[in-house]
Amino acid sequence: MAKLRQIAFYGKGGIGKSTTSQNTLAALSEMGQKILIVGCDPKADSTRLILHAKAQDTILSLAAAAGSVEDLELEDVMKVGYRDIRCVESGGPEPGVGCAGRGVITSINFLEENGAYEDIDYVSYDVLGDVVCGGFAMPIRENKAQEIYIVMSGEMMAMYAANNISKGILKYANSGGVRLGGLVCNERQTDKELELAESLAKKLGTTLIYFVPRDNIVQHAELRRMTVLEYAPDSQQAQHYRNLATKVHGNSGNGIIPTPITMDELEDLLMEHGVMAQVDESQVGKTAAELTA
Amino acid sequence: MTQNADHVLDHFDLFRGPEYQEMLANKKKMFENPRDEAEVERVREWAKTEEYKELNFKREALTVNPAKACQPLGAVFVAVGFEKTIPFVHGSQGCVAYYRSHFSRHFKEPTSCVSSSMTEDAAVFGGLNNMIDGLANTLSMYKPKMIAVSTTCMAEVIGDDLNAFIKTSREKGSIPEDYPVPFAHTPAFVGSHITGYDNAMKGIISYFWDGRAGTIEKLERKPNDSINFLGGFDGYTVGNLREIKRIFGEFGIKYTILGDNSDVWDTPTDGEYRMYDGGTTIEETLEAINAKATISMQEYCTEKTLPLIAEHGQEVVALNHPISVKGTDNFLMTLARISGKEIPESLARERGRLVDAIADSSAHIHGKKFAIYGDPDLCYGLAEFLLELGAEPTTVLATNGGKAWEKKMQALFDSSPFGKNCKVYPGKDLWHMRSLLFTDPVDFIIGNTYGKYLERDTGTPLIRIGFPIFDRHHKHRYPVWGYQGGMNVLVTILDKIFDTIDLATNVPAKTDYSFDIIR
Repeated sequence: MAKLRQIAFYGKGGIGKSTTSQNTLAALSEMGQKILIVGCDPKADSTRLILHAKAQDTILSLAAAAGSVEDLELEDVMKVGYRDIRCVESGGPEPGVGCAGRGVITSINFLEENGAYEDIDYVSYDVLGDVVCGGFAMPIRENKAQEIYIVMSGEMMAMYAANNISKGILKYANSGGVRLGGLVCNERQTDKELELAESLAKKLGTTLIYFVPRDNIVQHAELRRMTVLEYAPDSQQAQHYRNLATKVHGNSGNGIIPTPITMDELEDLLMEHGVMAQVDESQVGKTAAELTA
Repeated sequence: MTQNADHVLDHFDLFRGPEYQEMLANKKKMFENPRDEAEVERVREWAKTEEYKELNFKREALTVNPAKACQPLGAVFVAVGFEKTIPFVHGSQGCVAYYRSHFSRHFKEPTSCVSSSMTEDAAVFGGLNNMIDGLANTLSMYKPKMIAVSTTCMAEVIGDDLNAFIKTSREKGSIPEDYPVPFAHTPAFVGSHITGYDNAMKGIISYFWDGRAGTIEKLERKPNDSINFLGGFDGYTVGNLREIKRIFGEFGIKYTILGDNSDVWDTPTDGEYRMYDGGTTIEETLEAINAKATISMQEYCTEKTLPLIAEHGQEVVALNHPISVKGTDNFLMTLARISGKEIPESLARERGRLVDAIADSSAHIHGKKFAIYGDPDLCYGLAEFLLELGAEPTTVLATNGGKAWEKKMQALFDSSPFGKNCKVYPGKDLWHMRSLLFTDPVDFIIGNTYGKYLERDTGTPLIRIGFPIFDRHHKHRYPVWGYQGGMNVLVTILDKIFDTIDLATNVPAKTDYSFDIIR
């Protein structure tokens, strides 16, 4: 058996992380890879396209019902979906209470202790937003994910998040083995998107491994709780995901330690590409009306 | 009757004087919103009923007096058993004060342990700086040979990564590149002190055997004839480990006790303060990989440690806190089998003496009913011994006992006619025990110091065996393992039985027809 590959998808909320990861993983499974998806988002929607389910029972909700995590069996939490892809959702609290980060730690420990990673080629972690606390960094600790793929777009905040995630990776890269595998740009049709994404990748010391064009078919598939690979296997979009999967598969060991940039550098990047007009200090904090006056 | 310098009253007498009595009565009347005495009495009596017990056992969202402590306590227990090692608990200070005082109250010895003193800013920004500074300070102030790191709830909730933090601390120069810092994540809200023992022991063993957290090559095992020994979390560790050394000595077996804390918790008063004393050395820990086998005295303290050791190619044997003749027989026969040596005549004679003592006293113990609570292995060892004595361990309760333990206890009950009416209660607390003592009364309770409340409320005499024992001194010096340990437990039980008979027969001209000189 080939060595277990552990990868993780990070990215700003709403960027299409779960959609991109599930489509990519579905494509990887077409290539004969045995896959386990570990959803690390309290919303528990990292596996819905694979399972055709609204939301799966999460490790933490089942643990809460059973009394403790020790009372759970692996079979209780692991579901099998499209192309035998195994799925678990860590789950977590409702917004506003508790600690979702701790939930990620508890869940991953549980999976490791109960042998969920046996007989698997790929483990993929789908992690929400920025690396906001130690818990969300769990998948990038030593002996966990080896490569991180950051899903982003040409929007400033998505790029900002990608840079922040790089900072998180950097923190762990020196002491552990985690590396940045590359950026995946999910097209938003913003100005000069491809150029910007490539520039950011360069600044971070990595590459843009794929630019996924926008296509409404993703939306159509998603409404049917399916990946594009399953909904429209012959579509052009499905082929894009296959290309991305091939890139990821061939990217083993090519990860790098990122070189995150400052907020100023990020703004400069946007100005460089003319997305943001050159602004001098005197203009900061002035409204549009004030500037034209 | 107020006191003065010439006439100092202790608190027993002082607060019984009229002025204090009046003050306390006023306080109750004016500030404590006292309930009607009759109503209090009614509820008190109701809490003794079967009806209340049923409600009590339906309790879901509340634990009252759990008979367990938290993981880092077990981690500290392990750490002090290694030579010149200081336990370093990554988290807030109050937790560490608890571990230190808890052990000091039991062993009547200081327990050295440091904290990374995380405060609110560390909770927000992560405890990395506390780790970096804490390790540097610990090394420069206390000069340990090794720092063993564990965690509290706080560090665990925010997800501090010990491996990464310790590596960063080395890079920042707070500790030398090759200075040993084994570590274990010990979230206090998972499991109990026995889980903490397991995690910390596993952490130390894997650190030294498997390449010091990826910094050097893993050790290669070159098998020899030595045997490793793990005691598990044990309130009698001082007496027990010394007894175990004697037994290994009688056999003439080469052995290594991993986590030998018998000296650090029993330092002599001779004018020298010993912050560290005795303990397993790093060399011994490294050498232990080559042993033929590892024996754990407590299965449920080593559920993760033993599989790790087995992966390195050793035979592993898990026992359940052997106290009974059968338990010690099994232990000694295991030693004989692994070492290929005969059981020494001296130990065979000890066995005979214990059997003799049991026979001498059996009339007083036979048929007596006991309620036992404590850690899963201790409960098992005690119950096995009682069944051997012809007594009934009617109620056996372990707050930190799980399903596997429940099954094992039931199998033990099923193996003896005296176990027929016995019941096992995993995951229950001492308030459940209180109900059971009313509805299913027994002759004696066996448990730790906290059992004195049960003794007071239910009138069932308490035999103090377990951890912690705060209100009796020096019990930890006497072994409860081996035939000698069985003898000590037998005597402890008998003493209470005879005291209880004397108390029940001491009224002149009424009950003293049985107030006998000879029992």
